[in-house]
Amino acid sequence: MKHTVETVPAPLPPDDYFMMGDEASAEGAIAAGCNFFAGYPITPSSELMVRMVHRLKETNGSFIQMEDEIGSISALIGASWAGARPMTTTSGPGLSLMMEGIGYAAMTEAPLVVVDIQRAGPSTGQATRPGSGDIFQVRFGSHSDYEIIALSPWSVQEAYDLTIDAFNLAEAYRVPTFVLADESIGHLREKVTIGETVERWHRPTAPGMPPFDTDDENGVPPMPAFGQGERLLVTGSTHDARGFRKTQDSAAHQRLVGRLVGKIRNAAEKIARYETYSLEDAEILVVAYGFSARAALEAISELRRDGVKAGLFRPLTLWPFPEAGLKLAAKSVERVFVPEMNWGQVVREVERILHRDVVPITQVDGEGMRPQSIIDGVRGRAGMNS
Amino acid sequence: MAVSYTKYLRMYHMPHMWCPGCGIGIIVKAIIRAFDALDWSTDDLAFVSGIGCTSRAPGYLDMNTLHTTHGRALSFATGIKFARPDKHVVVISGDGDATAIGGNHLIHACRRNIDITLVIVNNNIYGMTGGQYSPTTPVGARAATSPWGNIDIPFNVSELVKGAGATYVARGHVGSGVQLERLIRGGLTHKGFSVIEVLSNCHTQYGRRNRIPDAIDLIEHISKSTVSVRQAEKMSPEELKDKYAVGLLHQDTERTEYCDDYNKVIEHAQLER
Ligand SMILES: Cc1ncc(C[n+]2csc(CCOP(=O)(O)OP(=O)(O)O)c2C)c(N)n1
Ligand code: SF4
Repeated sequence: MKHTVETVPAPLPPDDYFMMGDEASAEGAIAAGCNFFAGYPITPSSELMVRMVHRLKETNGSFIQMEDEIGSISALIGASWAGARPMTTTSGPGLSLMMEGIGYAAMTEAPLVVVDIQRAGPSTGQATRPGSGDIFQVRFGSHSDYEIIALSPWSVQEAYDLTIDAFNLAEAYRVPTFVLADESIGHLREKVTIGETVERWHRPTAPGMPPFDTDDENGVPPMPAFGQGERLLVTGSTHDARGFRKTQDSAAHQRLVGRLVGKIRNAAEKIARYETYSLEDAEILVVAYGFSARAALEAISELRRDGVKAGLFRPLTLWPFPEAGLKLAAKSVERVFVPEMNWGQVVREVERILHRDVVPITQVDGEGMRPQSIIDGVRGRAGMNS
Repeated sequence: MAVSYTKYLRMYHMPHMWCPGCGIGIIVKAIIRAFDALDWSTDDLAFVSGIGCTSRAPGYLDMNTLHTTHGRALSFATGIKFARPDKHVVVISGDGDATAIGGNHLIHACRRNIDITLVIVNNNIYGMTGGQYSPTTPVGARAATSPWGNIDIPFNVSELVKGAGATYVARGHVGSGVQLERLIRGGLTHKGFSVIEVLSNCHTQYGRRNRIPDAIDLIEHISKSTVSVRQAEKMSPEELKDKYAVGLLHQDTERTEYCDDYNKVIEHAQLER
């Protein structure tokens, strides 16, 4: 079923502001109507959490610091079923703890937003340093089959804009949605332009209709909240349209999980977003996201000054990945490079989509991606890591 | 007046999955009677659980029910209560669910004094997964994972939650449904975090391994291990060894409730601007 759309005045007076990525993401959440936050402190996401304390005070929302990230994600799901628009923020170690709840949220189709300010891992790694190592974890980290949506901001402006989008997508598709920023964006200070109005999408509703199945071809059933007279039955076990356990029914399982996966896969091209730069005559394609895409933009213009015809493809959604756009962008290029602040994650997805050799450019030194790393990589001067 | 149980039950979900004679049935009955006595609308009730035999209870009750992940029911419930403080939120948990995997959430919910009522079904074992020892299995008792006797010192659940700050702590047992209903009702009407520990029988997984395989025998065995709070006050520590005081163990009506406190602080902070 389709979500409803509401347009409201932006909570912050329309203007240009100068703020940190973490703060912009908090402002995006407030603009999107977030009214519930549960979290556990972790660098480099704590600034976002603290901003939420203050902003939720002003907007009559609820803030709670939980005992750990398992508690946080669980509280979000409870709040989501109670009708709230909940969010949390974390970084790698906390994200790992949230995986159980992410699977439950996907299974019960509870909209919620997780802003992951990625840091250099694995484990505690370099807490204050950027990395992009959580790309696969948000997509595959909980057991078994499910789908999520993940957005990747490359600027403070996008930390604001994409956080709003994350809430809207979470509600429209009833799916846990991630903003995958990293420390470089989270702690970056830049200008943010706040517009006059914000669009808020609300989960589809249809009193009396079953909340866990639909004949609608988009695969999104309506979602009532606790206390709206429907005496809901919600379980993470396999269930039918009304939530009844169907743990021995293979057809029910096939149908449920098929729909959970299908509602995102079938809408993938609608959800997917990307931008391209200098692709017209490009022979070299650089595919970059988040902070690395900033470095990539600089790198391609420098390469062009030296006569290398380079272009940039920048996915704004990492999950679902903009497959059609990427295929189009890569159609007539000779080589494809994927610079990342990890040992090669999105490069695998690009390879899978394009069915061709793709060259990873990895910079995993706890620093933000440098244009020079990309230039060296494209020129074949760098190995796996510089 | 007679209670109409079918009003509270999802009859289309029957038959239930519990073994014949399982104590959980007695406890669910007491919960229904307590709800009925309070005459709360089932639409205003959220009944939340984790995973285990005990945790299957909400599925059979016709109200807002959330069957969650193992050990996390209290965190989900906290989200519901904090988002909708006007709703009644009740959690039911097995001893493993509440005090092993969910132990951290348990002590913090106690500390927060959020207005949630928690019923812990303490059957001294992991029922659902086949009788492995739990944090409340007595020393020496046999379990699938302690075939020669358990060596872990068990938690005293009621003392644990009292120490952690729960403002209503009661212990009941499946040998006395009437008392149980009263204790649960007390917890439901108490404003703050309430815990009702219920000593229950899992004859299938615990009893069979510990030479009390019959449900009635095990319920009798449990009953004999209990003494009233008043009796207990007059007994020496030696006399109280292996005995469980049942009744209202602790109530603090002075402490303010979490959602109220939050709202008060926010109102105050809003005025300060
Ligand atoms: C994360 C996780 N670990 C393990 C399990 C398996 N498991 C299901 S129920 C249970 C224990 C149940 O014992 P208890 O909580 O005492 O409840 P009872 O069945 O005795 O009512 C376990 C370990 C699970 N479902 N999830
Ligand atoms: S296994 Fe034990 S706890 Fe589970 S239903 Fe049977 S008797 Fe009850």
